[in-house]
Amino acid sequence: MSDTILEMRNITKTFPGVAALQDVSIVVRRGEIHAICGENGAGKSTLMKVLSGVYPAGSYEGEIIFDGRPVHFRGIRDSEAQGVVIIHQELALVPHLSIAENIFLGNERCGRTGLIDWNRANADATALLESVGLRENAVTPIVALGVGKQQLVEIAKALSKEVKLLILDEPTAALNDVDSAHLLDLLRRLRDRGITCIMISHKLGEITAIADSITVLRDGRTVERLDVRSAEVTQDRIIRGMVGRDLHSFYPDRVSSPGEEVLRVENWTVRHPTQDRRVVDDVSFTVRAGEVVGIAGLMGAGRTELAMSMFGRSYGRDITGRLFLRGREIRARTVAEAIGNGIAYATEDRKRYGLNLIDDIRHNVSAAALRKLARFGWVHDNEEIRVAEASRRDMNIKAPSVMATVGKLSGGNQQKVVLSKWLFTDPEVLILDEPTRGIDVGAKFEIYTIVNRLVAQGKAVVMISSELPELLGMCDRIYTLAAGRLTGELPVSEATQEKLMQLMAKDKEPAR
Amino acid sequence: MTDVKSSSTGQGPSADQAPARALHTGISDPRTLVMRNLRQSGIFVALVVIVALFAVLTDGVSLSPGNITNIVLQYSYILVLAIGMVIVIIGGHIDLSVGSVVALTGSVSAVLVIQQGHPWWLGVLAALAVGLAVGAWHGFWVAYAGIPAFIVTLAGMLLFRGLTLRVLDNISLSPFPAEYQRIAAGFLNGLLGGQGFDAFTLLIGGVAVAGYAVSGFRTRVARIRYQQPVESFPLFVARVVLVGAVVMYFAWQLAHARGLPIVLIVLAVLVLAYGLLTRRTVFGRQVYAIGGNLPAAMLSGVKVRTVNFWVFVNMGFLSAVAGIIYSSRSNGAQPAAGNMFELDAIAAAFIGGAAVTGGVGTVVGAMVGGLIMAVMSNGMQLMGVDQSMQSVVKGLVLLVAVAFDVYNKRRAGASR
Repeated sequence: MSDTILEMRNITKTFPGVAALQDVSIVVRRGEIHAICGENGAGKSTLMKVLSGVYPAGSYEGEIIFDGRPVHFRGIRDSEAQGVVIIHQELALVPHLSIAENIFLGNERCGRTGLIDWNRANADATALLESVGLRENAVTPIVALGVGKQQLVEIAKALSKEVKLLILDEPTAALNDVDSAHLLDLLRRLRDRGITCIMISHKLGEITAIADSITVLRDGRTVERLDVRSAEVTQDRIIRGMVGRDLHSFYPDRVSSPGEEVLRVENWTVRHPTQDRRVVDDVSFTVRAGEVVGIAGLMGAGRTELAMSMFGRSYGRDITGRLFLRGREIRARTVAEAIGNGIAYATEDRKRYGLNLIDDIRHNVSAAALRKLARFGWVHDNEEIRVAEASRRDMNIKAPSVMATVGKLSGGNQQKVVLSKWLFTDPEVLILDEPTRGIDVGAKFEIYTIVNRLVAQGKAVVMISSELPELLGMCDRIYTLAAGRLTGELPVSEATQEKLMQLMAKDKEPAR
Repeated sequence: MTDVKSSSTGQGPSADQAPARALHTGISDPRTLVMRNLRQSGIFVALVVIVALFAVLTDGVSLSPGNITNIVLQYSYILVLAIGMVIVIIGGHIDLSVGSVVALTGSVSAVLVIQQGHPWWLGVLAALAVGLAVGAWHGFWVAYAGIPAFIVTLAGMLLFRGLTLRVLDNISLSPFPAEYQRIAAGFLNGLLGGQGFDAFTLLIGGVAVAGYAVSGFRTRVARIRYQQPVESFPLFVARVVLVGAVVMYFAWQLAHARGLPIVLIVLAVLVLAYGLLTRRTVFGRQVYAIGGNLPAAMLSGVKVRTVNFWVFVNMGFLSAVAGIIYSSRSNGAQPAAGNMFELDAIAAAFIGGAAVTGGVGTVVGAMVGGLIMAVMSNGMQLMGVDQSMQSVVKGLVLLVAVAFDVYNKRRAGASR
C-alpha cells in the first residue's frame, strides 16, 4: 500500500462561460487530515464534487487516482462503494426519520427475507453512535437533535459505509464552540483509526489546529501545498496564499465625496429562524450619501442575514435594534414599509429571490413599485413600457425588447434587470448582495459603472461581496463580519486583503 | 468570433445557437416565431380543429343555430367558474370546492325564493353573500393560516356539500318563479323587431367586433409610439377580420335561433372585466408575480397574504354567480348539484394554457379551454357516444394538453 491515498491530477472543470477549476492537483496522504483553503468561489466545493462523483467522470478533465488505482466515479453511489464519502455543508438527513433509519438510508440492513431487520439496524446504529461519541437512542428522530449532534450522525452514517476517505465541507460552520471542539476531537480519533479526512473550512484557527497538510486554492487553481507537520504554518501564511493575486484594475474610477449620514443601524440582533443562536449579534454601522460601504465576511458570517433582516424583516426572528434614515428612526417591519422608506435590497440569488423568471423584463422592472405606475389600482401599461425601455437603455440590457422573458437572459443581463427594478423604487439606500456573482467580466464592469453612477447621484450603497478585490476596488469603507459579529471597520485606504481576511476569520481558537 | 463567421455562411453549427443570436439582435426566423407563439395560438388552433371535427362528424348539427345556443346555455356556469379558477391557478393555488359552493349558493337561494317566497332578487343577493363568505373562509385559511389551498378547499368541498344537504334538508326544491328562470333561460330578442332573425343580437355582435377592432388598433398605435415590436399591419387586419367573421357568424346563428341569451351577456361582461383585471390592474399583476416566484414577490413588497385572500374571495363570488345560473337553469336546487364542476373548471384552465406551477395563464385561454371541453362533450352527446367514453376522451385531452405544456417548458428551459 502506497503512502498516498488520493491524487487528483490536472483537474479542469468548466461550467458554461466559467472555468471553475483549472489544472488543479492535490495529493492526500493516507491517514492524514488534509485541509483545503480558499476564498469563496476558489473552487473548493467544486473540487470535492468532482472527487465524490457529484460531477460524473467525463464532465471534467484530468485524472483521479484513489488507493493506487485510477477511478472514474459516475455518481455518489460509485464513490461511496469505493469508500469515499462526502458530508455536505447542508446536512442531508431526513428530519422525521430516526437516527438508525437515517444512518442506513439507501443502505438498509436487510434480513434474508428482503425485509429490513430493525433489530440489527438499531444495534448496528447504536454501535456506530458510540464510535462517534454520541449518546442518543438510535430510534430518536433527527429533528430532536441539535445541529452538532446531527453532524455526528452524518459521520456515523459515513462510518457505516466503511469509509476510507471522509470529506467534510465546512463541518463547523453552523456549530457553536463546544460542538466544534467535539467534532475536531472526533476527527483526530478517526485519523488515529486510519481514516483519511479532507476538510474544507473557512476557520483558519481550526485548520492550523487540526490539519496535517493544506492545499490552498485560488481562482480555480492550486496555489500551494503546505505541510503543517514539517514546518510551522501560521494563519497569516495561509491567508497570503489565499489572496495573493494581482489586483486587476478593472474597477472604474470614482471620485469619492461622501455627504451626510443616510443610514444608521444600531445594535442589530437577529436570531436564526429555527435554531437557538444569534445569526447577527449586536451589529451597528452607518452609511453616508455618496458612499459605498462594503460588508466582508466568510460564508455563514451573517452578511445576507443582516441585510435581509433590515429589509422588512425578511429573515430571522426576535429582531432587535434600531434603524435610522437621515437621523430619523424608521419602521421597516414589512418589505413594503422598507421600500416605502427608501431601502432596496438586491438579493444574492437573483433566480430564486430576485426575478419572476417566467415573466418579461417589463413586468420585472415594475414589480417592486407597480403603484407608481398605477392610478386607482389601474396600471398605465404604456408608461410601464416606457420605464422598462428607459432601463433597458440606461442599463444596457441586451434583449430584443422589454417583452423578452427574463429567464432567457444571461446572468449579467438578469442582474441588470434586478438593479433596474430596485432603482425604479427610487431608493436612498441600496443594498447589493453579491451583485456580480456568476456574471462575466464585461458585465461586472458595467455593474460597477452603474453603482458608481448611483453613488455620484448621492445614493448610499451597501455592498456585500465574497470577492475581496471587488470590495477593495469599489468601496469607501469596509466592515467585516465574523460569526454574526462586527469584527472591524477599515477605510479602503488602509484595507488590504490580508487585513480583511484576518478580521473575517477572527474566531476563538478552538480548544485543543 | 468563430460563431459569427459560421452563422454568416448559414451552415450547420450555427443552428443550435439561433435562439441566443435572435435574442440579441432582435431577428427571429419564422420557425422560432411560430414556436414562441405556439403556446398561445395552439389552443385556438385546437379549438378550431375540434369544432371542425365535430361539425363533420355530426353532419353540421353541432354548428346549427339551436345547438350553438345550447352549448352557451349548458356550459356557461363552467366558464364562469373557469374565470375564477384560472386566477386561483395563476396564483399557484387550486380550488376543489367550487362544485359544492355552486350547490350551496343555489340551495340558499332556492330556500329563500321557493320555500319562503321571498322575491327572486333576494335569492340572488343571498347567494352572492354566501359565496363571498365562503371565499373569505377559504382565503383566511390559505392566506393567513398558511394551509395549502389543496387541503383547505378539499375540506371546503366536504364542508359545503354537507351544508347544502342541511340547507335543503336532503330534498330537491323546485320550481323557481319565472323571473329567476330568465337568468339562465332568458333571451334578449325582439327589441329591434324580427324578420325571421333577431336584429338586436346582430347589433350587439357588431358592436363587439367594432370594439375589438378599435381597442386593438389603439393598443397597436400606442405600442408603435412606444417603439415596441408589433405584428405587421396586414397580419393585424387579418386577425381582426378573422375574429370579426367568427363573432358575426356566431351572432348570426344565435339570431336565427332564440336570440341573445342573457347568460351570454353576463359571461361576456365577466370575461371582459376579468381579462382587464388580470392584465391591467396592480392586483392582477401581483397574482402573476406571486404564482411566478413567491419569494421574489415577497421581497418586492407584494402583500402576498392580502392578494391571496382576495383571490379566494373572488373565487367564492364567481362560484355564487355560477350557482345562481345553474340553479336558474335547472329550475331548482338539488343536493347533488354542481358535482365535479371543480374538475371541469380546473381542466378548462389547464387546457387553456395555465401552468401547474402557477404564474402562467389567461382568462381568455381558460375560456377557450372551457369551450374545447364544451364542444367535445356536446359533440359526443350529439353523436350518442357513451358517457363512459366521453369521460375517457376528456381525460386524455386534459393529459395531452398539460403534457404539451410541460414539454414546451422543458424545451424552453433547455434552450436557455
